[in-house]
Amino acid sequence: MKKITGLLALTLVAVSLSACASGNPLATPTAGGGSAAGQTIVVGSANFPESELLAEIYAGALKAKGITVTTKLNIASRETYVPALKNGEIDLIPEYTGAFAKYLNADADTSDEAAALASLRAALPATLQALEPSAAQDKDSISVTQATADKYSLTSIEDLVPYAPELVLGGPPEWKERAAGVPGLEKVYGLRFKAFKPLDVAGPLTVQALKNGQVQAANLFTTDPAIKANGFVVLDDPKSFFGAQNVIPVITKAKATPEAVAALNGVSAKLDTDMLATLVTKVVVDKADASDVAAEWLKANGLS
Amino acid sequence: MNWFLGHLDEVGSLMATHAVLASAPLLAGLLLAIPLGWLARRYRVLRTPLIVGTGLLYTIPSLALFILMPLVLGTGILDPLNVVVALTVYTVALLVRTVSDGLASVPEDVLQAASAMGIGRVSRFFKVELPLAVPVISAGLRVAAVSNVSIVSVAALLGIAQLGSLFTDGFARNYLDPIVVGILACIALALVFDLLIVALTKVATPWLRVGSPA
Amino acid sequence: MNLLWEWLADPNNWSGPEGVWTRLVEHLSYSLVTLVIAALVGIPLGLWIGHTGRGRLTVVNLVNGMRSVPTLGLLFVAVLVVGPLLAGDVAFLGPAIFVLVILAIPPILAGAYAGVEGVDPGVRDGARGMGMGELQVLTKVEIPVALPLIFSGLRSAALQVVATATIAASVSVGGLGRFLIDGQAYRDYGEMAAGALLVALLAVCVDLVFAAVQRLVVSPGLAAPNDSLRWRAAPQSVPTTT
Repeated sequence: MKKITGLLALTLVAVSLSACASGNPLATPTAGGGSAAGQTIVVGSANFPESELLAEIYAGALKAKGITVTTKLNIASRETYVPALKNGEIDLIPEYTGAFAKYLNADADTSDEAAALASLRAALPATLQALEPSAAQDKDSISVTQATADKYSLTSIEDLVPYAPELVLGGPPEWKERAAGVPGLEKVYGLRFKAFKPLDVAGPLTVQALKNGQVQAANLFTTDPAIKANGFVVLDDPKSFFGAQNVIPVITKAKATPEAVAALNGVSAKLDTDMLATLVTKVVVDKADASDVAAEWLKANGLS
Repeated sequence: MNWFLGHLDEVGSLMATHAVLASAPLLAGLLLAIPLGWLARRYRVLRTPLIVGTGLLYTIPSLALFILMPLVLGTGILDPLNVVVALTVYTVALLVRTVSDGLASVPEDVLQAASAMGIGRVSRFFKVELPLAVPVISAGLRVAAVSNVSIVSVAALLGIAQLGSLFTDGFARNYLDPIVVGILACIALALVFDLLIVALTKVATPWLRVGSPA
Repeated sequence: MNLLWEWLADPNNWSGPEGVWTRLVEHLSYSLVTLVIAALVGIPLGLWIGHTGRGRLTVVNLVNGMRSVPTLGLLFVAVLVVGPLLAGDVAFLGPAIFVLVILAIPPILAGAYAGVEGVDPGVRDGARGMGMGELQVLTKVEIPVALPLIFSGLRSAALQVVATATIAASVSVGGLGRFLIDGQAYRDYGEMAAGALLVALLAVCVDLVFAAVQRLVVSPGLAAPNDSLRWRAAPQSVPTTT
């Protein structure tokens, strides 16, 4: 008897020891709403490096204003983190005006920056607030290798239409169903590819698959350093299918205190596309920590 | 190596979370498996449904179990409790059979001797049967511990931070260092669990060290 | 639940290159290839160790070490390192199969090794006394006697591989795991639940097939009276899902 309890007790000790070491990692944030000042803002991010970097920048800017922040990064796709945002598991997420608007409303007009922002604000649930957008844009794209572009004389997505039935398109798995993915491409451009191959979120799988010919066209982010490094060709988007994609902080209204809003809008005011691409390169190519790159940028821009 | 030295804090805290996520289900699973294993051993009719039934749980892929847990538990999508409960299910699946086999490994004459000494049913179970079943249960527990450590890392695909986050982070940036550190940390953690269980088993079974060097 | 039935009831989800049947065939073929490779490595090695008793400790430790390697991490490393060296669909499938093989070897090796090692020394000596050479002892006595444990090793490995092959979908490989990864990506609970159910059913079917084959192949004089013997004799060969 003693031995059994001993066994259990020791396991328990081991568990609680490790629990102490990490400051109760099993604690979950309470659902949104509640008191105003002195509360914690939980910053989330999607599952690609740029989103994590932006989340770190937001977190750093909020911390600089004395706001308590925790991060929950790398939460899969919009389809997962938006419910988490709605139910208060996270409070703040870096978003892109056009893509988020299309996610919320498949027919949203995202053709230019103003339209995308207006569509997003109109489509957002009442509990969420889109703050000021930044000048920085990172768009989804259809990209091809130089060889493919030459072979079919491709410069725009429209040029793909006659050849699409012979080509395989690659993209993140969620593209299969998204209005901003395969169904939308068919609707807007009449593109019907031979097949769609689910890859990752414009990460190493996508780059490898393009390079070794598993797919002939793929979704890459326009800020991705891999485009230049591999000589990929980003096809023009004459119908503005991918629309305007300004980086924008989206926050739970209950947590949008004036200080928090000021801090986040401060970030948006300083961020532009080239800067964003440079920062992403530091994280993805130079393998710097997103948190370090974020801190450095905040400091250089007087936001820390 | 440099990456590891520069990220000791991060690796340490991820490892601690990982340890909790992997060990809490071990404890909960053991506590649930003991009565279930006892039932399976005690009542012949229940044996097959219990052992086959819990064994079936093991065939559910972990990723699916993590994702579907919120529907069952009403928890949030990012709640680590999803992982703990899912792994508890796996641990129970592994241990019900082990506990039942462990109890079956106790010789009948020992039980009769205990009864003859006037020990009641309940205290016989706790004082004789369960302690004697410890070596077999411990073997199952070791398998469950190692398996839990590996499965927890899958939860990184859902944004629940632990050592598996090093895999997803490294992968997204085509960067091997964090992934390799994460793998080594997982192996180290599994080893610690294993040694801990072996040590606890030794403490719990002093009779095995007396006399014959088994 | 309703979502699950709705998904399963939709014939569109069953046919075509992304339908259940295609994914099922993919899943089975990946699993089969994995098992064959793992058996080709694990069984001879296990038999050799069991027969000679050489390198026992090293292998037992190695096998236990392999068990603790997190599959997801190994998969990512394999894809990043090996993927760029390969062309076409093999670029992701190859590394995925490699990782599954690593997963499948320990139970197979342990089963073969424990089976041969467990052969009654008297039986072995008797065979030698009858004038059998070492190879004959192995093939005519040790392997037949070890068959139940070799099979249980294979069976554990098969379960493990079928359940774990799902994770290969995270690196763009096909199989039933696609329903889990894709379903998660666009939050289709019906698709995810259906995927999970199909994998579980497949695992059960595969296990039943192994049980049936085992019954046919193993000499009736050796057949274990019930399953629990299998477990007690080879506690190492418990499936680990991922």
